Amino acid sequence: MSKPAVELAGVTKRFGDELVAIDRIDLTVEDGEFFSLLGPSGCGKTTTLRIIAGFEFPTEGSVRIHGSEMGLKPPNQRPVNTVFQSYALFPHMSVAENVAFGLNMKKVERSEVQRRVSRVLDQVQLAKRADARPSQLSGGMQQRVALARALVNEPEVLLLDEPLGALDLKLRQAMQVELKDLQGRVGITFIYVTHDQEEALTMSDRIGVMNEGRLLQVGRSEEIYEHPTSRFVADFIGDINLLVVTMNGSSTARLANGVEIGVPAGSAVVDGQVTVALRPERLALYDLDEEIPAGHNRVRVQVKRRLYYGDVHYYDVDAGIDTEIEVKEENRPGVELHEVGDEAYLVWSPEAANVVTS
Amino acid sequence: MTAPTLTDPSTAGPATPELEQASRKAEARRGLLIALPSYVYLVLLFVLPLVLVFVYSFATRDSTGQTVLADWNLDSYRRLFSAAVLEIFVRSLVLALVTTVICLAVSYPFAFYIATRTPRVRNVLLVFVMIPFWSNFLVRTYAWRVILGSEGPVSQASQLLGGEPLRLLFTNTAVLIGLVYGFMPFMVLPLYAALERMDWRLVEAARDLYADGWTAFRKVTLPLSMPGVVAGSILVFIPSLGAYVTPALLGGARTVLMGDYIVSQFLAARNWPFGSALSFAVMFVMLLATIFYFRAGARTL
Repeated sequence: MSKPAVELAGVTKRFGDELVAIDRIDLTVEDGEFFSLLGPSGCGKTTTLRIIAGFEFPTEGSVRIHGSEMGLKPPNQRPVNTVFQSYALFPHMSVAENVAFGLNMKKVERSEVQRRVSRVLDQVQLAKRADARPSQLSGGMQQRVALARALVNEPEVLLLDEPLGALDLKLRQAMQVELKDLQGRVGITFIYVTHDQEEALTMSDRIGVMNEGRLLQVGRSEEIYEHPTSRFVADFIGDINLLVVTMNGSSTARLANGVEIGVPAGSAVVDGQVTVALRPERLALYDLDEEIPAGHNRVRVQVKRRLYYGDVHYYDVDAGIDTEIEVKEENRPGVELHEVGDEAYLVWSPEAANVVTS
Repeated sequence: MTAPTLTDPSTAGPATPELEQASRKAEARRGLLIALPSYVYLVLLFVLPLVLVFVYSFATRDSTGQTVLADWNLDSYRRLFSAAVLEIFVRSLVLALVTTVICLAVSYPFAFYIATRTPRVRNVLLVFVMIPFWSNFLVRTYAWRVILGSEGPVSQASQLLGGEPLRLLFTNTAVLIGLVYGFMPFMVLPLYAALERMDWRLVEAARDLYADGWTAFRKVTLPLSMPGVVAGSILVFIPSLGAYVTPALLGGARTVLMGDYIVSQFLAARNWPFGSALSFAVMFVMLLATIFYFRAGARTL
């Protein structure tokens, strides 16, 4: 199937007259893609997922799955399955009965059901617990049952609503790897809803960042991280320094303290104030007598705070502007430590910065 | 608990089992003190009368009908198996069962409806369910006499439609209507409680797994609301079986039920031993029914 797995066109969902849950979303998820919807709670990502699943219907716009218009089709007539945030396992059925539910509903032959259920339970390493009730399983196991229950139906698209949210950190990281592997093996399109930016960055082929019902930016992890186009995306994903500068020319700007810096050439900015986004790890501190690489920006700063993280050092430095700037330096041989109170040069390449809309 | 395994024995504190024991005893004493009023109440007002009834059921009557607490025998229990008594028993059982089934069939959709409304509407509807309790049961049953009487609105409506005057009052149907009416809230409330606790995401999950609305209800909602069905059925079946006021006011001479039969033994026939034996027989059936219901309910969960 070469048609896109899921296409949303101008999808808006209003609850009542006031609340706009999602606002004119256009989105195309390709077949076989691992796509994440990332955003803070209440941004509309779960509503978007529920609209694709058929639990909610859009106020405006249309949903297509592999080219066919979903319209008012109920969830049971859509070629998608959902892994729910709270797993929603049937408490009155065994693990095997839970997993077999979808196949039984589709009237698959009994022997075939058994074969597929035991195969998928093998895959998620729960063959031994087939007769257990969900309440007898740990959170991680329940999570795998929920996954198996959806995957056994071989849906065209699998929708996952914060499936790892209830797990502790270690287990979550292990499941991230497992999920990503699994998706590669089965080749099913995954649409994955999460508020955890690290999870989205590590697992996804592409990410869509949402806020207040809007889809702000769609792109590969690197694009989203390295080239955020809006202040929200820059701020939501990773640590970021946001500096308000006054443009004076096409590729130079002036900081609040008067120092002139270079900004990426070709940034489509009109004269006036713009926001420059700088990742802490793209900044470096140089001693005052050290040689600065050619073409780099240089701002004189004073070290206010130093945080030792083992593998990295964090510095908060004062550049004489209204906010302190965060710098992250790796703990490598040859990287000198700067003491609190030291004066130094803050150095970065103009290309490392992004001009973002507010 | 003895010293934790990780502790070096040389640094562990001295063993103090008597402290632990004392605290456990104090805990038990406090518990008993809290429960004491309930125990006193139960023994004085429930266990003692029950023992009394039990004792009376083995007593005899003298020639004037006075109960004599001597010559203990099983005559009263033997009489339970006479055809006339068994007929009353079977009629009461059937009526109680039919009442329970009708209550369940009517209440389930209504409880479902209430449980799926917004909290505000829900509370209003629940008040509607409970409003009848604000007036006396006897008065409400008399109201049914008017409604079902030969000059009552039901009969008049049937005549308006061209039918015969309806003779409903003093029939089994009238008793059934009265019982269903009287005990309906006892079915609605536990069903509502069970459905209100329902995790509707489970129904969504079933729909997601290709179940249509009806199948999702049958496979998920219904089994998960079984505790409410069981509780409601018991709460309706048991008082229906022993009902007195409803059959006495709405039933006729030929529709005697267990409840009014027992009352007549104590008040009219003055046969206390037989009345006591009847009471125990009814209690036994109720116990069996309760055990059966709970078993059946537990199986579905």
